[in-house]
Amino acid sequence: MKVAVIQFPGSNCDLDTLHVLRNVVRVQADLIWHKDFKDSEYDAAILPGGFSYGDHLRAGIIAAYSPAMVSIKEMVKQKKPVLGICNGFQILVESSLLPGALLRNSGLKFLCKWTTLKVETNNSAFTRLYEMGQTVRMPIAHNEGRYFVDEEMLKALHRNDQVVFRYSGGNPNGAIDDIAGICNEDRNVVGLMPHPERASESILGSEDGRKMFESMLSWLK
Amino acid sequence: MNPSKEFVVKIVYMVEIVIGNKPQAKDPEGETIMKDLMHKSGYDCVKEVRTGKLLRVQIEATTEEEARQKVFAMCNDLRIFNPVAHSCKIEIRGKT
Repeated sequence: MKVAVIQFPGSNCDLDTLHVLRNVVRVQADLIWHKDFKDSEYDAAILPGGFSYGDHLRAGIIAAYSPAMVSIKEMVKQKKPVLGICNGFQILVESSLLPGALLRNSGLKFLCKWTTLKVETNNSAFTRLYEMGQTVRMPIAHNEGRYFVDEEMLKALHRNDQVVFRYSGGNPNGAIDDIAGICNEDRNVVGLMPHPERASESILGSEDGRKMFESMLSWLK
Repeated sequence: MNPSKEFVVKIVYMVEIVIGNKPQAKDPEGETIMKDLMHKSGYDCVKEVRTGKLLRVQIEATTEEEARQKVFAMCNDLRIFNPVAHSCKIEIRGKT
């Protein structure tokens, strides 16, 4: 079993994610430059947080046209697990692999703080080991995290059980319906604004994010 | 040589692409500019401010209509705007 962490120009949570994969959940993982990524060599892929291409035009849009995304789309088709964290979530949305848009935070400030989330579904490749309705703590660090969909799409997300995490006890960025993370209809692609890789060891203040990576391993077994 | 090609004149058009949030997506930057700058400075007459992004593009085409169509196709093809949250207006601003 091998997991790829894709590195875009501007990624800065790539090494944290790699550390958690290799040293905390102990799975074989490679850090791959986005132009060199080949999906056939991997069982799962993670698009890490940070920035990509200076977030010009819109966060994630230029990376959405990276050659890596052609391979990611192939993995998605094959039902392999793909996780997008923060900028990775923005890339998945801009690639149309997940529905919606991520707009500038309603308070117009970059937010870097701990948040409490509620697990809305454990029927996904990255949440299957959580309890339904469980609350977890993970930090956020973003400027464009206000998830937006129109009313009809929001209804569809709920109908299809695609809302994965919602902010609980305070919505930091004005996201519609307090949505922090969603999945695709096939449940193998998950994107979220909070950073599970920064909450995978007790020394960092929370281990709640680790189950996302463990869920991925469990999904692959 | 195709004789008709000799007479094709390519013109460079100036095109403006204006991207903004759809009405149902809040625009906190516009609200702050209106409430905390304009209204506080006495410009109560301002009823709404919506911010956006402007891309001024110079594009080669044979006619104005072709320039507009090329930009329209490009904006959709490359998702220059996110159709879920944004509106996109294309305006020809003359020739260079």
